[in-house]
Amino acid sequence: MDETQVMIITGTRKGIGKYLAHYYVSKGFIVIGCSRGEVDYKLSGYQHFCLDVSDEKKVKQMIAKIRKTYGRLDVLINNAGIASMNHILLTPAHTVHNILNTNVVGTFLFCREAAKLMQKNKYGRIVNTSTVATPLKLEGEAIYAASKAAILSFTEIIARELANFGITVNSVGPTPVETDLIRSVPKEKMDNLLARQAISRFGTFEDISNVIDFFIKKESEFVTGQNIYLGGI
Amino acid sequence: MYEKIVNLIIMQAEELNETLENKIPAELGASASLFDGKDGILDSIALVTLIVAVEQSVEDEFETSIILANEKAMSLKNSPFKTIGSLAEYIVILLNEENTNG
Repeated sequence: MDETQVMIITGTRKGIGKYLAHYYVSKGFIVIGCSRGEVDYKLSGYQHFCLDVSDEKKVKQMIAKIRKTYGRLDVLINNAGIASMNHILLTPAHTVHNILNTNVVGTFLFCREAAKLMQKNKYGRIVNTSTVATPLKLEGEAIYAASKAAILSFTEIIARELANFGITVNSVGPTPVETDLIRSVPKEKMDNLLARQAISRFGTFEDISNVIDFFIKKESEFVTGQNIYLGGI
Repeated sequence: MYEKIVNLIIMQAEELNETLENKIPAELGASASLFDGKDGILDSIALVTLIVAVEQSVEDEFETSIILANEKAMSLKNSPFKTIGSLAEYIVILLNEENTNG
């Protein structure tokens, strides 16, 4: 690709998203990120939007601004996600709504609006985020795991719907990485979880960007509708 | 507003025509047939492409975001995607709704 690529990463305020924003700016991408709050960093080549990823109007406005400024969008990384460790009998309905809104509705909205812009150039790479909690059937994470199971299905189907537009859609399923998302999980539970991986260690940010690098390569045009779990699940 | 939108759709249709074998008869203006669910001029991919292009040009022209393929449009007995004219009428309704609701 001759021109500078434009990339959206959702959920860039902290954790994996923050790392990915820095990583892809350093690789020469123009990165546009978003989160509910402001970010505590400034990067040349990075622009931030404050929004809730499940707010349809705000998402549309963000993509409209990108269209007017850059006229293109090459990559979307749907990283924004929330979890809530809880037994089903103790899970309030509003927690379920929050998780589904951010993880499912947010991913859907960004995929839809990003694809509208990507299809203009008949090129696009979308990477969604799944989790090992789904295949490992992690107790206490029923809604989180279910929301990510929805992402797997969604990814497989829109990969077919968007194939004619030159857009690939894949997902990466990280193992636990030491971020805020897992802070509420007891250590013993976490150790048991790591023991179920073929490679029993926490994942790193670099493990994740390595998979994303592969999915978003121009040469990966024949790879779509796939999910890669880290750690050997 | 209606005429302006008809012209916007015609412009987008003409652009899309460059990539189509079965071309939209944009020269017929508002009565030009688009899609009737069975054997309309456009296949579904071309219809999606046209809808997205029209959404974006409406957004640029009127500084208002609308979503053309919403539930209402899909369930309307007389599909707004039948002709350029019916699509323009539908967009006028959506823009008015958007301006009323803010």
